[in-house]
Amino acid sequence: MSEQAEVTGVTPTIEMIDATLASLTDATRVIAEEVNWTVMPGDYWVVGGLHGVGKSDFLAAGAGILLPTRGTYRLFGKTIEYGFEQELIETRLRLGVVFDGGRLLNHLTIAENVALPMQYHLACSHDELTARVSELLEAVDLLNLANAFPASISRNRQQRVGLARAMALRPEALLLDGPLTGLDPTDSHWWIEIMDRLAQGHPAMGGRPATLVATAHDFRPWRGHARQFAVLRQKHLRLLRHVGTDTEEHLMREMVSEDFD
Amino acid sequence: MSGVEETDTGFFWTTRLPRSYVTFVGRRIVRFLGALHALGAFALISFGVLISKFGVARSVIYPVALSQIARSGLLLLPMILFLAIALGLVIIGQTVSLLSRVGATEFLGTVMAAVVVRELGPLLTALIVLSRAGTANVVELGTARALGEIEALEVMGIDPIHYLVVPRMIGMGLAVFALTIYLILGALISGYVWAFLQDVPLTPGDYVRQLAAAVRWVDFVVLGLKTFLFGISIAVVTCYHGLARMLRLEEVSRATVHAVAQTVVVCVLLDALFILIYLVA
Repeated sequence: MSEQAEVTGVTPTIEMIDATLASLTDATRVIAEEVNWTVMPGDYWVVGGLHGVGKSDFLAAGAGILLPTRGTYRLFGKTIEYGFEQELIETRLRLGVVFDGGRLLNHLTIAENVALPMQYHLACSHDELTARVSELLEAVDLLNLANAFPASISRNRQQRVGLARAMALRPEALLLDGPLTGLDPTDSHWWIEIMDRLAQGHPAMGGRPATLVATAHDFRPWRGHARQFAVLRQKHLRLLRHVGTDTEEHLMREMVSEDFD
Repeated sequence: MSGVEETDTGFFWTTRLPRSYVTFVGRRIVRFLGALHALGAFALISFGVLISKFGVARSVIYPVALSQIARSGLLLLPMILFLAIALGLVIIGQTVSLLSRVGATEFLGTVMAAVVVRELGPLLTALIVLSRAGTANVVELGTARALGEIEALEVMGIDPIHYLVVPRMIGMGLAVFALTIYLILGALISGYVWAFLQDVPLTPGDYVRQLAAAVRWVDFVVLGLKTFLFGISIAVVTCYHGLARMLRLEEVSRATVHAVAQTVVVCVLLDALFILIYLVA
């Protein structure tokens, strides 16, 4: 168990100890080595990095889709393996993932995409399901697009639907891949605002504060919102302590610097 | 090794001759056995999920299975009926001219039963389902894989084999079975109509009696087993090529071509196995 978990006695949400992580698309490509990272309940992390460093793969490893080739990974204190056994599924469902671009199922409508995890895992009536889907789509301001297909809406909106789908089973933690990537200031503001509400306790999530991890290629929009920061570069994860008070120049330097220390 | 290389012009492709034909054939055989091994493993995993998750998430799986039955079966019915009429014409047209030369038109029903019920019916139906629904499977699943939808299912705690492969196995198994019955019935009826139009002296009663005499109980058992296995094979091989490994979008078309070729080989091998059963029975 990590030092932080030992001191507090609280089970970490995500725990990586001396982990070596590979790429999801190319198992021979290492994206990070000697990763020691602990996400505690209630944390609000932003993991930064330039394009191509492997932020999406890092997030997939955080979610347990991609297990480390070396080292330890635990989710809610439990060792995770590949497979779909009931106990494993129960642990996995305590965490939701919002992929870059949403990764919605293209043959289903927006409402069907959001309903899918509930239909699969819960025995809800049609009325309950409809009410919950409406609540979730309303939370992401997309109720009017319920019957549209993913291909007919923008990438940003697809990712919002991805957020609604990830919130469907009221997970304790949410991992978001590049929610602000390529967005205009209005949409960026929308995402920051909803993440703040999720961190405080969103009504659609039962009012319980969610543990959040987001990836980004710029820390600046997150200052004053996220509470923990880390940067992925040179195949290492570097934890940053003073992002809130750092200058913009220093933050940019953290992202692009070629020196690790 | 694709077996082809680009010429200097870049416009033409020439076949490269293998250095040793023994090596070439050996490599092909090893590759074929490797493919069979991988397909067998995927089939076993899929059957395992079908059994272990039977009845799980019925509200999701049943509608998907029904839509697969519609896609692989119902929507192909007009095409199958058209082929049935054509098949009746082709077989009766050729057989009548042959049998009337030797004065053996009373074997018309026997020939129809042997050709349509035992061999052509199931195989032709399987090929139609493969070309219309099987190829769509590879493209859909390959695209879903390339776009990362499979990882999205995994994080939702949904087994992609349960959600994507099992309904296709059920749908295609039932579709090939049902369509084969329609194809056989259509071909037998159209066969008689064509025989009637060619003034063959055969009453409907005699024709049915000939058919009844030619078809044994083992035909029904083998027909059911064979068609269901053909359908499941189409589903398993096409799903394997769409899902089993990480695909890039540009690889989807090649995966489709491989899937079609391998499914045809698997169906023909199964057919050969059932011929052995006929010989033993």
